[in-house]
Amino acid sequence: MSGHDTGAPESIKESVADRPRHDCRDAYVAALAELAHDDHRIVGVVNDSVGSSKLDAFKKAFPDRLINVGIAEQDMVGVAAGLANGGRIPFVSAASCFLTGRALEQIKADVAYSNRNVKLCGMSPGMAYGELGPTHHSIEDIAWLRAIDKITIVVPADPIETAAAMRWAAKIDGPAFIRVSRMSVPKVYPEDYAFVPGRAVTLRDGDDVTLISNGTVLWRALVAAEQLADEGIAARVISMPTVKPLDVDAVVAAASETGGIVTAEEATTAGGLGGAVAETVVQNHPVRMKILGVPEFAPTGSAGFLLDRYGMSAEGIADAARALIS
Amino acid sequence: MTTLAPEHVTMPIFSQLPPYVPRDQRIAHLAEAARQIRIQDLKLVHYAGAGHIGGDFSAIDILATLYGAVLDVTPGTIDDPDRDRFILSKGHVAGALYTTLAAFGFLRQEELATFLKPLSALNGHPNRNKVRGVEANTGPLGHGLPIAVGHALSAKLDVSRRRTYVLTGDGELQEGSNWEAMMAASHYELDRLTVIVDRNRLQQGATTRETNDLDPLADKAAAFGFAVVEVNGHDHGELFDVLSAVPFRPGKPTFVIAHTHKGHPISFMSNNAAWHHKVPSQAQLEQALDELAKIHPKAAPA
Repeated sequence: MSGHDTGAPESIKESVADRPRHDCRDAYVAALAELAHDDHRIVGVVNDSVGSSKLDAFKKAFPDRLINVGIAEQDMVGVAAGLANGGRIPFVSAASCFLTGRALEQIKADVAYSNRNVKLCGMSPGMAYGELGPTHHSIEDIAWLRAIDKITIVVPADPIETAAAMRWAAKIDGPAFIRVSRMSVPKVYPEDYAFVPGRAVTLRDGDDVTLISNGTVLWRALVAAEQLADEGIAARVISMPTVKPLDVDAVVAAASETGGIVTAEEATTAGGLGGAVAETVVQNHPVRMKILGVPEFAPTGSAGFLLDRYGMSAEGIADAARALIS
Repeated sequence: MTTLAPEHVTMPIFSQLPPYVPRDQRIAHLAEAARQIRIQDLKLVHYAGAGHIGGDFSAIDILATLYGAVLDVTPGTIDDPDRDRFILSKGHVAGALYTTLAAFGFLRQEELATFLKPLSALNGHPNRNKVRGVEANTGPLGHGLPIAVGHALSAKLDVSRRRTYVLTGDGELQEGSNWEAMMAASHYELDRLTVIVDRNRLQQGATTRETNDLDPLADKAAAFGFAVVEVNGHDHGELFDVLSAVPFRPGKPTFVIAHTHKGHPISFMSNNAAWHHKVPSQAQLEQALDELAKIHPKAAPA
């Protein structure tokens, strides 16, 4: 597993849960501004989502390079494809529910199939909009985009990974989707973390059971592993920031070296990270699995409340692991 | 039926005439290019056994005029960042685009013989990653205009003189994404963007009027901030004069309503919705080629 370890802390002394929390949008806008400063080709494209994407400062710094097409997501993604045709590097920044739901065909045809250099940044994904309900939840985005060829899907877990994914996306010539969390999370990576697409990161080793997670749920999985360790259960925690292409080797190793795999994500249980891991496990090394996620249109509640409700509190994830290997 | 084969590709190669060539000579050149493109496209669809011949024929005069006399792009400058862009939004007339690209040297003529065959680069809808000269992978309707707006924005950011042309169908304008894009085009004052509507008044199975009427189309486009011009979409002189003269109003994108007939100028196809994607039989092919030969005495044999 050392091949997948790209610099995680050797041991986690204090609980991840005690660290300060961060809104990943702040890291996103800081990275975008820095990248735009260094590369004149970079532009922002939004659907009136300047405030919700925290792009006010970007707009002041680069007034001509923030293109606001208004509340028109199909146009937004098509325009981004056209900007890329003209040599620009557009970062489309919009609430993930509308970006992926409303403009899915533009993402498929104009960006992915056309292989355009467009970066799609799904803001406030999952259940970040909490009480605004399932119309504004974006639990389906990963499953929808996983079904489309050519798009790399990245679900960063903290501000460090968010910025690293942005720097990577600006460098490559091709389509990418980056999910930018709104719900605050503690840092789980060291400051010098280098994101490698398609590579899992083993944050904690163990061979009793494996927890695979990303995004806002990863730190909860780490806390679950702390709790399991107290009981003498050694849980391997694998961060899987790239849902597509998946790190198949890391998954197969986990399946063959540990007693089972629990996946946990702020997304639907159909076709997301859990689905991707299951597809790999069942075809390579069948092992018991539990897929934690959001199986339905969620009832009213904050994102944190809903994650807990769907078994993705640290306790819930630990319970799933215990049940799997009991 | 014989399948499409290399010997069915008999089209001459045309080039853009230099600017000093007199207008009437230029127009005659475009007319002959369009006629040859139609001859080749008929054979393409007949021998391949599929295609959208009706829409192809309503658009070919527009395509021939663009590639033959308007667009600042040649096979040698196809990767030049400052080339003019043409985006075919009505991607289902890929056959017309391929034959036009072949006529003007962008596509090797022998490649036309692979049209729709297994693993061919020439799919039923164009793919820019497989066919040089294609600017966008279109097919689903209502995608080209937003892409064109994005390209025109990039040109404006670059302070470039390059122009953007997009051809849409008229039924296609029922897609709301076009109107989203038109609002953005006028908001950003993209006066080097030209939208050309192939106004043949027919969609898949009925007239646009019966389906979801677009009229008054000129008023709608004007209300969305465009300078609107109406032309006979089969008159190369009118098309050349209008498409090479944009913009008409500083700060305004241009909306050209090109009045056309599906299947033009073939007697039994013209303005007939049944020819949306019908394939001409051997007898129909011969009759159509005969009609095209009569337009001009220097007709190529089938």
